[in-house]
Amino acid sequence: MKFDNIKSKFPIFKQKIKGKPLIYLDSANSSQKPKTVIDEMSKFYETEFSNVGRSVHTLAVKATNKFEQTRDIVKSYVNAKYREEIIFTKGATEAINLVANTYGEKFIKEGDEILVTELEHHSNYVPWHYLRKKKGAIIKFALVNGNGEIDIDEFKNQITDKTKMIAFTHISNVTGAILPIKKITDLAKSKNIPVLIDGTQGAPHSVLDVQDLGCDFYAISCHKMYGPNGLGILYAKKKWVDVLPPYQGGGGMINEVKKDDITYADSPNKFEAGTMQTAEVVAFANSIKFIKEFGIKNIEKHESQILEYGLEKLRKDNSVNIIGNPKNRASIISFTIKGIHPHDIATILDDDGVAIRAGHHCCQILHDKLGIPASARASIGVYNSKEDIDVLSESIKKCKKVFQI
Amino acid sequence: MELKELYQEIILDHAKNPRNKGKCEGYNHDAKAHNPLCGDKVHIYLKLDKDKNISDLSFEGEGCAISLASASILTDTLKGRDLQFSTKITDDFLNMLKNKSKITLNSLSENQITTISSLSGVQEFPMRIKCATMAWHTLLSALKKKV
Repeated sequence: MKFDNIKSKFPIFKQKIKGKPLIYLDSANSSQKPKTVIDEMSKFYETEFSNVGRSVHTLAVKATNKFEQTRDIVKSYVNAKYREEIIFTKGATEAINLVANTYGEKFIKEGDEILVTELEHHSNYVPWHYLRKKKGAIIKFALVNGNGEIDIDEFKNQITDKTKMIAFTHISNVTGAILPIKKITDLAKSKNIPVLIDGTQGAPHSVLDVQDLGCDFYAISCHKMYGPNGLGILYAKKKWVDVLPPYQGGGGMINEVKKDDITYADSPNKFEAGTMQTAEVVAFANSIKFIKEFGIKNIEKHESQILEYGLEKLRKDNSVNIIGNPKNRASIISFTIKGIHPHDIATILDDDGVAIRAGHHCCQILHDKLGIPASARASIGVYNSKEDIDVLSESIKKCKKVFQI
Repeated sequence: MELKELYQEIILDHAKNPRNKGKCEGYNHDAKAHNPLCGDKVHIYLKLDKDKNISDLSFEGEGCAISLASASILTDTLKGRDLQFSTKITDDFLNMLKNKSKITLNSLSENQITTISSLSGVQEFPMRIKCATMAWHTLLSALKKKV
């Protein structure tokens, strides 16, 4: 399938922003939704809605089947071995919190080390910080190098015999660096350390094969994969879902409840307490269908071409400083302009219909290291084109004009 | 809303050459604030004398043009003024951004009114109002907080 007319598949692009076409370069923050996903949500609410996994009436059966079908679709998309390895959550953040809580409760003791990296989004650092506070765990950081990437040797340097978890991002949401996942998981396996990958930025842009990656946990944010908001997925290897305690307590996650004792359901129910997102899960099947229609490898290639074009174009502008120069980079260009704060850049770009993000992108540790309070970030999605980059580049020139530099 | 109404000459001037930047000597009140969403920071220092005059006023901070200009204009306008007047003008400024009211205090020069009012363009950019108001809220905290 070709990318030429792809914007027509997303209703949001019908509108004008400040009288101009929308140039959406904020997909790392959240992606837009194709019509097929939006329509599926409406259709489900109009004709099939009911709570899942509880009642026996016709609608309950329909809804439950569709809900569980998505689990199977996700299982095959990420190449998980068992369906109980796929747990729905309210986001990648909750997926990581789930692991930090349950794994932390059972396996982390005082003095144990959790290895994260300086590239982490707050959602893959703050949950581990709780273990530092509660259990006296130690958090170590794999350090980022001058190119905004992390070398495998850095992981080798930081691992000790006390390391009990390695948690790192698949792709940095600031520098776009793709981490050397398989080298890290090989290293971890040789030392028997579990690995959690924050796949928030990885999943929308890369081939996903959790068995090949060799990770124990992989967290996915569905709303960055052209899917509904309020939905995430945790892939957790069978050996872990069997031994980890439940995350939250409530309906749906129990086996038997007595006054003096409670036993729990097996995974995935064990980790899915309460009424789940229903329409969101059902409609997410269409997000995967959408990605598969194009083919994730084609999407990867298409986005890389735009990324390379964007990097080349912005590098020609001497006043633009692009953050990081990783050898393996995906979909993200963060930058600063001397003399103009990123928030002012974002406001001026918005006047041309160009949507980017400004701030520290929930990566304060990385921004502190870079010695800047904030950066501007253009992130590329499946619907972007080289023409979008041209508009971005012109709009950056306008920033300098407004600021008279 | 035109972009040039937001980034007026006066605002760019104050952002690029902020007045009263640094710690003023002998300050006896201060307060700081930071916006976790965007990372803007401001720290207000002032010297309140026994007659309740703000005899010196300065700020340190980092942030966007709007937040720097706002802090700079604040110090420029209120340095040397008394407590009551400063509180009143701060209320009027915050009201201007919240309710689109005009600033018409008799005891301000026309020039000063033009300068403060240059920030009224922010009204049309809801996500940026905090950038403009942070320094003023911080001033109110500083007035209550002795070193």
